[in-house]
Amino acid sequence: MTLILIIIASVFVTNVIFSNFLGLCPYFGVSKSIPTSMGMGMAVVFVMTLASGITYFMQKLLVHFGIEYLQTVVFILVIAALVQLVEIALKKLSPVLYKALGIYLPLITTNCAILGVAILNIQRQYSLLYNIVFAFGSAVGFTLALIIFAGVRERLEVSDIPEGMKGNPISFITAGIIALAFMGFANLVKGI
Amino acid sequence: MPSIAKEFSKGLLKENPVFRLMLGLCPTLATSTSATDALGMGMSMTFVLVCSNIVISLIRNLIPDKIRIPCFIVVIASFVTVVDLFLKGFMYDLHKSLGLFIPLIVVNCIILGRAEAFASKNGLLLSIVDGLGMGLGFTLALMSLGVVREFIGGGSLFKVPLLGAGYPGVIVLILPPGAFLTIGLLMGLLNKMEKAKGEAR
Repeated sequence: MTLILIIIASVFVTNVIFSNFLGLCPYFGVSKSIPTSMGMGMAVVFVMTLASGITYFMQKLLVHFGIEYLQTVVFILVIAALVQLVEIALKKLSPVLYKALGIYLPLITTNCAILGVAILNIQRQYSLLYNIVFAFGSAVGFTLALIIFAGVRERLEVSDIPEGMKGNPISFITAGIIALAFMGFANLVKGI
Repeated sequence: MPSIAKEFSKGLLKENPVFRLMLGLCPTLATSTSATDALGMGMSMTFVLVCSNIVISLIRNLIPDKIRIPCFIVVIASFVTVVDLFLKGFMYDLHKSLGLFIPLIVVNCIILGRAEAFASKNGLLLSIVDGLGMGLGFTLALMSLGVVREFIGGGSLFKVPLLGAGYPGVIVLILPPGAFLTIGLLMGLLNKMEKAKGEAR
């Protein structure tokens, strides 16, 4: 039951984009069309779930050796290496998937949502199962936000927008309004 | 000498990392709820930017080209850890309100971007100036957001109430959606001003 609550909370209530402000660069960068957002979203779901699982064990190691202050350095290196590994593995094992996710994978290393969620997991002291479920939920929330935004943005292309607001400014306003809508989910799940 | 001034001033407005290049958006939106947090974040960021620029500019000829990105990341992550521990030790309140976003300075694209695009190709002095300019430009953008959001949202500046107890406050500006709305409006205003200036010429 708590697992379902965690998923709902991480997808809707504390959405990575709209309430935690993680991963905004890809959010504004790759949300030009719905297919690219799907590709990016899938790559994030894949890497975020994997990275959170692995950093869970890394943290155990760091605590064992009493070097928790190296957390930032170790985590970012693990994520960077992981992304490379995933890229190589996908290329060999599943060319179809590689073709779909390929160009998004390198971008993910600097996606702060991955590192952010990994650190949040450690801070909240989740167990391994909760950790993975929370990471998965967060990634799905990211994908959801990306696809909604891409849908609105495709419409924006053909709308009549005041001169100075064209381009980025109107994108931010749009994101703000979607974020307002997402606030309707607040208090849906208590105590997570 | 003019080139030093140019490298410094380009970060402030012409190539402002937030308003112009759209880099480093996450900390900008997340930590601009009050002017105090915005200043703290901006200063931490400037420190990391200048220090990593210095080190990377010094070792730029020693790093093999193929593994330069991991090397940059290790340098940056070390300075972020320094900031993290310093804030935890001496400014605990600030550390608590910035929270997650201090370790996340590592993945901020402004820093890696400057390391890759500037410090790895230029000498020590220019790299320091570039780091300072970009850092201050980032702080400027963050402060303008923080001031607007804190003043209109809560009627105070740097946690000092200015509009009196009767001010109802516009809570939405302090909540997450307000960050998106404020930065959108500020950017629109900046575009409009730029355009008006272009027409006047």
